[in-house]
Formats: sequence, structure tokens, C-alpha cells
Amino acid sequence: MIDLAAIYSVWLRDIIRSFREKSRFLGSLARPILWLVIMGTGLRPAFQGGGVDYLHFIFPGVIAMTLIFTATQSAISIIWDREFGFLKEMLVAPIPRSSIVIGKALSGSTTATMQGIITLLFAPFIGVKMSPLMIVEVLGLMFLISFALTSLGLVIASRMKSFEGFGTISNFVVMPMYFLSGAIFPTAGLPLWLKSLIFMNRLSYGVNAMRKVILGLGSFPMALDLGFVACFGVAMVGVAVPFCSREG
Amino acid sequence: MDDVSFTVKRGETFGFLGPNGAGKTTTIKMLCTLLKPTFGMAVVDGHNAITEPTAVRKSIGIIFQDPSLDNNLTATENLYLHCLIYHVPAKEQRKRMEQVLELVGLAEVKSQVVSTYSGGMKRRLEIARGLLHYPRLLFLDEPTLGLDPQSRSHIWDYIGRLKAEHGITVFMTTHYMEEAENCDRIAIIDHGRIIALDTPASLKREVRNDTIVLTTTDDGRAGEEIKIKYGLDARRGDSCLEVEVADGESFLPELSRGLQTQIKTISLRKPTLDDVFLKLTGREIRKEEASGRDRLRDQARRRRRI
Repeated sequence: MIDLAAIYSVWLRDIIRSFREKSRFLGSLARPILWLVIMGTGLRPAFQGGGVDYLHFIFPGVIAMTLIFTATQSAISIIWDREFGFLKEMLVAPIPRSSIVIGKALSGSTTATMQGIITLLFAPFIGVKMSPLMIVEVLGLMFLISFALTSLGLVIASRMKSFEGFGTISNFVVMPMYFLSGAIFPTAGLPLWLKSLIFMNRLSYGVNAMRKVILGLGSFPMALDLGFVACFGVAMVGVAVPFCSREG
Repeated sequence: MDDVSFTVKRGETFGFLGPNGAGKTTTIKMLCTLLKPTFGMAVVDGHNAITEPTAVRKSIGIIFQDPSLDNNLTATENLYLHCLIYHVPAKEQRKRMEQVLELVGLAEVKSQVVSTYSGGMKRRLEIARGLLHYPRLLFLDEPTLGLDPQSRSHIWDYIGRLKAEHGITVFMTTHYMEEAENCDRIAIIDHGRIIALDTPASLKREVRNDTIVLTTTDDGRAGEEIKIKYGLDARRGDSCLEVEVADGESFLPELSRGLQTQIKTISLRKPTLDDVFLKLTGREIRKEEASGRDRLRDQARRRRRI
């Protein structure tokens, strides 16, 4: 059963909150500057990636990073809600638990996409040209990727007892996922073990799709990218619903 | 919880009274469908709490022991979200929000972020929110815990008005004896069992006599006098005498007339629910909160009674 009003209320609350947290937006400005200006410029001379500028190469990766961090953060906020009581208000309401999970997944995707847009604003500064159609495509992709990532985050959050585990999660899930997504280096010519790890990572397909739209290069076909990311997102929501429905 | 069974009448204020850890919150959780009982059943407003949780949830409002507001939102925003979740018709939302804010006296600060509220204001907002969907039954889990006396009496005013004006059934838990007296009926609960269930007045009547407390110019002599004249044992308290009698109102004037020793002060103390709990369990309900001195005095009192 889908309860649209309940989904909307869960979503609306997170959106209002994210607009009130100014520091989060500062972070989303600082992150691309750090990665593009310092990492990008620093690694640029050492990079030989088939005639493409390294700054351009990591640009889709930096967007992906923004998405993964924001999405995880949003998902983790459900633990915060549990600890500080608001989740209870929703749990005793006459709404299906799935509405809470779907609402959360959508709000996480929305905030992550908004942060992604901020990163996207850096495109002209590093010389990436984008047509209006490309922007629309990137927006859709960002939302899809964020949805998958938030849902994954919700699955993790629902298994976490407290905030103590957050550092562990970010070290063992978020960082590896980012490094193994092909966001920072090209996959061609890598040893097989590393390559297979990258192929297993669903985020790689998201990054690949984004790179294809923005720069016109990528290693997998678009349909495969979209299919993998979408299926992953739906599967994660499917797992998160029963996880979040448990008592206590 | 161990084999608890009770019925709450429509429109009454029903109190669950017991020390921390007695099982009050667990009972509320089961009635609110947050927890499934391992055995037995609960019927709330005609709906089975186990098989029809959604129907139960629609007809109840809950104010939890721990705050469950979003501190980063304003009062209005918190209420609006609740309207959405409970499917309050769009046309009614504004009217109802104003109504409940008015009831708890927060209309003027409704646009402030909740984190700027005091503890009492937050609790009042939660009560307001719990009423938005016009529940027929309101659950309050320790509604005045951690509040100052003024806020506590405010909250009791609101609960009284709810009952008087809207006929809402109130189910509440508390470990404050004074507060339980506001209920129509009380279940005293200890170690997961109901050990007494009645109106506060009859609970008190059953349990203990009135106490007359007096100070005299010579307590020792007055005590002997009472013993000889009325056949009653007068206890020596902290610089006063305490006499237990069945009917304090008529004994007090008689004692003040009949006593040779000069009386300095004399007063009548009616039994409290504290006495009831003490009598039923042999323990003070708020033992963990009492100061060392109080504890000593309580122990002394208990020994005397046995």
C-alpha cells in the first residue's frame, strides 16, 4: 500500500531541514573546490587518459562523490530520528512503514541531487561545456544514482544501533565504494582483481553513465548503466522496508 | 508484564501508577501497537491492537515519555506534518492547528523553531499535536516528567479541559502520587502486576486512617493523656505527635477540647496515595528519589507500622 500523503510528509520534513542547515551547503561548495582545484590540478600532469584532461575526467566523479556523501548522510539521519524520538511519531501513525522508507529514500535523493547541482555549477570554470539537454540528462541520472545510494544507506542505517558505527560505515562502505567506482582513475589497463571489484560496484555504472553524458566517453553501454543502478535502488528499498518495520 | 487485565471506561481519566520499571511504558506500547504482547490481547476503541493496528492508531493520540518533536522545525511545521500523516482534510488543517495551539497556549510562538522552546512548552506542543486528528483516546506516558511545578499544573489544566470539553478518554502513567489523584480511577502497578484498581478516594479509604498531627507544650505528657483518655497510641514524630484515627474530622475538635496539656498547633492529614502504595508494597514509590534523611524517616515509619 502506498500512502502518498505520508511519503510527502516524510520528504517535506527532510527538505525543510536541509534548507535550514547552512553548513551542509558550505560543505557541498568546499568539496568540489578541494577535489577539482587541488587533486585535479595536482594529478593533471601525471595523467594520460586517452587525450582527455584530468580535470574533465574526474568532474563526473566529483559529482558522484557529492551524491554518495549526501545520500549516505541523509539515510543516516534516520538513526538520529530514532535516537531523538521523531521516528516514534511516524511509527505509531496509521501509515504503512514502507511510506517512511520510500519518503526517506526520496528526500535523500532530492537533497543529494540539489548538492549535485551545486557541483555542476563548477562545470564552466573547468571548461566543461554542457547543452540544456545534457543538463536535464545529468539531473535525471543524479536523482537515480542518489536514490540507489540513499536506499543502500537506509539498509545500513536500519542495522545500526547507534552513531558509534558511523565512522566504520564511512571507512568500509562509503570510501571503498567511491574509490572503486572509476571516479578517480580510468579502468582500462587495471589488474584483473581491481577491475572485477569495480565491475561489482553498482556505483561504477552510475559514474560511467554520467561520464558518458558529460564527456561522451565510457566503458559500458548506457542501458546497462541505467538498468543496474535502477535495479539496485529498487532492490535496496525492498530490503530496507522489512528492516525498518521491525519492532523496537 | 505479568497477567495484567483492566478496562478503561469511555470518557474517564485512567491512571497507571507505579515506580520506574514497573511496566507502565510497556503497557502503553502494547496498547499503541508498538509492541506485540507475547500472550493475551488488547482492544482499543473497539479495535484489536494486534490484528487491526492501523484502526487503533487512527483513534488514539500518544504523548511519549521522551519528546518526539522535530526540534529544527517550527511548531506549525510539526503540526502540519502530523496533519499529513493522519490525513486531516486539507480544508480543516488550518482551523485545527489554530485550535490546538490556542488550547495549549502556544499560538503566539507558533512560528518559532521548537529548539527555542522550554521543556514545558515542548510537552504542551506534543499534547497539541496528539489532539490534531481528534483521537478518542489519548495516551500520556509520564506527561509531566521533568517539568517544573508550574508547567505541571498547566498540563493538568489542559488534560482537565480535554475531558470536560471534548469528552476524550485519557490513559496516563505517572509515578507522581499527587498527580494520580487527578485521575478518575487508578491502577497501581508493581513488578508488572496490577495490585490495586479503584478510585483514588476509595483506595485511600481502604488503606489507612486519618492522621492528626499536633504540637503541645509537653509532648510526653500529652501522649500519655491520649493513651489513657482515648486508648490511642500517639507516635512521637519530629517535634510533634501523630495520632491515627478512623474519622479525623470529628476527632480533631474532641481532642482539642478534651486535652489538659496546652496544644500549640493541631492539624489533620488525610491519607495520600503514597500511603496506599506503601501499604500495598511495603515500599515508598519514589525511594530512589528520596534524600537520605527522608529514607531514614521512611524506614523508621515502616518499622513502627509493622
